[in-house]
Amino acid sequence: MERIPILRMGNFLLVTIQVDMHDQLALTLQDDLTNRIAEVGAKGVLIDISSLEIVDSFIGRTLANIASMARVLDAETVVVGMQPAVAITLVELGMPLPGIRTALNVESGMDHLREILTSHEENYDYDGDSTED
Amino acid sequence: MITTGTVQKTEKIPIQNSSDVVAVRQRVRAWVLEMKFSLVEQTKIVTAASELGRNTLEHGGGGFLELAQVANGSRSGIRLRFSDNGPGIENVELALKDGYTSGQGMGLGLGGSKRLMNEFEIESKLNVGTTVTVIRWK
Repeated sequence: MERIPILRMGNFLLVTIQVDMHDQLALTLQDDLTNRIAEVGAKGVLIDISSLEIVDSFIGRTLANIASMARVLDAETVVVGMQPAVAITLVELGMPLPGIRTALNVESGMDHLREILTSHEENYDYDGDSTED
Repeated sequence: MITTGTVQKTEKIPIQNSSDVVAVRQRVRAWVLEMKFSLVEQTKIVTAASELGRNTLEHGGGGFLELAQVANGSRSGIRLRFSDNGPGIENVELALKDGYTSGQGMGLGLGGSKRLMNEFEIESKLNVGTTVTVIRWK
């Protein structure tokens, strides 16, 4: 079965979507990611969509679902690399992706996740086995 | 009725499963590239095609897309006509409202596509089918 690979890097899961996803593939990614988060106790998920030429309402909803499910499982999601034309189209379509954290590229997305985790640890005195720094 | 002008060339694409919706996006992308729409326009047209193609599949039970290059005076444009023989839409006005959905979706397909294109028309007959025609002019 066709699948989008999920990479693990310490506490983070990384996904790069490089194919034009049909709806079932997007749903499979949603399930796979949610399972992996629980399995490895991931604290952050980074999804790179810089190769996506469009994000329609279905893919937008899938991204929003992933972020919500991750949050329930105590992980933060950041979507990076959205092309400007895609952003313009999404807003006009009526789907500004509320509740999804975004960053311009992978590097600032990773910074973003690390910051969130650091403040999380400070606030809640979290003593997990973080691999950062 | 929307004004089409003269039709220069056409192509028909079947929509029977979700891979066909991907094929619709790819064919529409090839057409708008060839017609030299700007990147933002290309993205809007392909996104609208994706929404309407999915509607044809999910609500119409499958059908087809007819792509056409149209011209009206000095203006050229792309026309997308999605047809199905599904149950039809009971209340077109309601179906166009953002957030209204009869299925699992966000209810953005029709209203959103209307905003992404220049012209938009729905013909729907209960138990006969639905045809959605949209045009984007250059």
